[in-house]
Amino acid sequence: MSVQTKAFLDRTIAPPIKDAIEFDLSLPPYRLQTLSNGVEVYAIDLGNVDAMMVSWIFNAGNSWEPKKGVAAAVNHLLKNGTSTRSAFAINEHFEYYGAWLNRGSHHETADLTLHCLNKHIGELLPVVAELITDSIFPQEELDIYKKNAQQRLQVSLKKSDFVAGRLIDAYLYGPAHPYGVYMEQYDYQQLLRDDLVAFYKQQYLGGACRILVAGKLPADILDRLEASFGRLAIHAPEKGVALPAPAIVPATQKKYNIVNDPNGVQGSIRIARNFPNRHHPDFQKVQVLNNVFGGFFGSRLMANIREEKGYTYGIYSYLVNNIQQSALVISTEAGKEVCAPAIAEVYKEMDLLREELIDEEELQMARNFAIGTILGDLDGPFHVASRWKNILLNGLDGRYFDEGVRIIKTIGPEELRELARKYLKPEDFFELVVV
Amino acid sequence: MVVVNVLYDVGARDEDPKKTGFAHLFEHLMFGGSVNIEDFETPLQLAGGENNAYTTNDFTNYYIQLPAENIETAFWLESDRMLSLAFSEKSLEVQRKVVMEEFKEHYINKPYGDVWFKMRELAYKQHPYRWMTIGSQLSHIEEAQLKDVKDFFFKYYRPANAILVVAGKVTTAQVRALAEKWFGDIPAGVKYDRRLPQEPPQQETRKLVVKADVPLDALYKCYPMSARTEPGYYVADLLTEVLGGGGSSRLHQRLIKEKKLFSQIECYHTGSNDPGLVVIEGKLIKGVSMEEADKAVEEELEKLKAEAISEKELTKVKNKTESAIVFEDMSVMNRANSLAIYELLGDVNMMNTELEKYQAVTAEEMLTASRRLFDPLNSNTLYYYSEK
Repeated sequence: MSVQTKAFLDRTIAPPIKDAIEFDLSLPPYRLQTLSNGVEVYAIDLGNVDAMMVSWIFNAGNSWEPKKGVAAAVNHLLKNGTSTRSAFAINEHFEYYGAWLNRGSHHETADLTLHCLNKHIGELLPVVAELITDSIFPQEELDIYKKNAQQRLQVSLKKSDFVAGRLIDAYLYGPAHPYGVYMEQYDYQQLLRDDLVAFYKQQYLGGACRILVAGKLPADILDRLEASFGRLAIHAPEKGVALPAPAIVPATQKKYNIVNDPNGVQGSIRIARNFPNRHHPDFQKVQVLNNVFGGFFGSRLMANIREEKGYTYGIYSYLVNNIQQSALVISTEAGKEVCAPAIAEVYKEMDLLREELIDEEELQMARNFAIGTILGDLDGPFHVASRWKNILLNGLDGRYFDEGVRIIKTIGPEELRELARKYLKPEDFFELVVV
Repeated sequence: MVVVNVLYDVGARDEDPKKTGFAHLFEHLMFGGSVNIEDFETPLQLAGGENNAYTTNDFTNYYIQLPAENIETAFWLESDRMLSLAFSEKSLEVQRKVVMEEFKEHYINKPYGDVWFKMRELAYKQHPYRWMTIGSQLSHIEEAQLKDVKDFFFKYYRPANAILVVAGKVTTAQVRALAEKWFGDIPAGVKYDRRLPQEPPQQETRKLVVKADVPLDALYKCYPMSARTEPGYYVADLLTEVLGGGGSSRLHQRLIKEKKLFSQIECYHTGSNDPGLVVIEGKLIKGVSMEEADKAVEEELEKLKAEAISEKELTKVKNKTESAIVFEDMSVMNRANSLAIYELLGDVNMMNTELEKYQAVTAEEMLTASRRLFDPLNSNTLYYYSEK
């Protein structure tokens, strides 16, 4: 790059830019290796800092639970006692080595994720193995969990955004579906230690597991994983066996106004429709449309409803990252007195996208923003790992990434208008305001 | 990728007590167009860039991440809004509303949302840390005038008051040439001479009782601590780790797990440049009295003051700190941000010496510091009761 220093700088003229479509994007590959018990290890060796992340991903999300709340409780309490270590001793061990062992419970999967400095990995892996094979779920720990979870829920239920998030999922998928189900105080009270132990045995101890490891990986990382996990009863997910896909039963009523707090000063607005999953050919195309609509700060919803009207601090639309079926959601918190005009503007923006072609500059902006986001995301090992995780868990492969980039670079205004006509019809959307 | 970070040495602490929230409102206006560039966002997004900004009590920071090939776009945009804003009445009008919605979203429409307004006023009597960056009341934002905006800009947003950091795939020569080209001809202005009223050492036990429509009783305690560049800062930081850092920390183990008095409890500090606050906050288990919960917290503090922490516990909190620094430094954006903050503190090389300063802290120093820090005469306690 050369820089010209001019005597008179014309600041009204933008410097030349390299266009998004000229960037060559590729997702750094993983190395796939298999432990003796068949468990697959996806390794992403990148970065220049001696630190890493290891994630154990089990088929143990709430889609697999026989009773509400069991999956999340088991996942949470994995760190709360083995036959030889108390919850305190487990926490102290990881913290002593400056490591974080986080848990996460989702719909299809639940995971344990370790972040640590490479120099301590040898002290940490055996204890993770112990949690996977020898957690005992002490009654006292379960009692504390139940009580504290109920108290947290009580606080959350005072927040309109929390309430709106639960309700819109229930409208989209039905309250019995794993994506739509939500916890009440009563459900926590019903959790029994036996439920947890049975689920743990089935889904963790002898469950389907994948391991994802990323960072500047030490040469012996696979040997270490083999030594700690290669002989456990965990196994690879069985090929050809589909994930649970229970019936989706959307609500019949489309519009809802809920008063959660009579003194509330804002409404939590959610406007949402069911949307196909990532295997549908429209998915990545609609991601481009969504960028224009409400996907980032420069989007139409933001420009109109925040930057033009000042109705809200922020408004976004997004495609939900669900495996079985996604949803297109518009989400914002707006002053109570401006909720109705804010909603009207959302529909107006849908109308515009269905009726008029997006002009070239705006489309280029959305394209370049999307490419810039991917570039930023490819910068470190953990970001790359998270992209791969998403691809793999959705049953996709590297072609999905390449196809996504191709779509961003080539999709045109006519096709986007067709997609808007197909997916941005107000009558297809649920509309919810919680004050 | 490359990150261009511009930090302005002005935060909420520099505001007029009658016009609080202004530094933050001003941050919003920095996106409302500059003298030669009507729209900040569009050209940046065309260049594949992302950006954001935040305001603290101490400073205001703006950052752009974009492909290294397009770095000049960031220089063009940042330098033009440093040269001068467009000062549009429309932008002010809209952003006033946006910030008022932000205020409502985070501080009015949330249970316990008003705690920090009350706590800051309890703990600070002189220093402008006594108000939040969002402002002490909605009316201050509502009343902001375009003249205030202009005065603020020409007082604080001059090159003499700014720090530019560029990080990522670039060379120093490139950055120097670009900086000269785009920022070189902006009048430097006068460096703002900060003269804030300093908070006198606290010499009294302060208590406040509040009742509100919240589901659970909550206890908040805070204790004035050392300023960011003083040795006592590192000691206090490690003490908060001992008390509240993770599942094996003392407050978590004793008060949630063993005594079952709290459903959640945290200990952290505000980390501000001028003397900040060590904070302990927790939600009580239904049926537990505030006095009992408070007493149990005090007992833990007394233990900390009575006996030096073990070698194992000290190693633990230092190892945690080492990891936190390593992981934070992995992102180019964080690095750029940290460099700017250390330069603001007076020495960019602090980036390289932070870990050593933590490593040098001894158990004895922590014992001594805890006695001063957790002296009841240095305490501010808020009993936040559920009305029901």
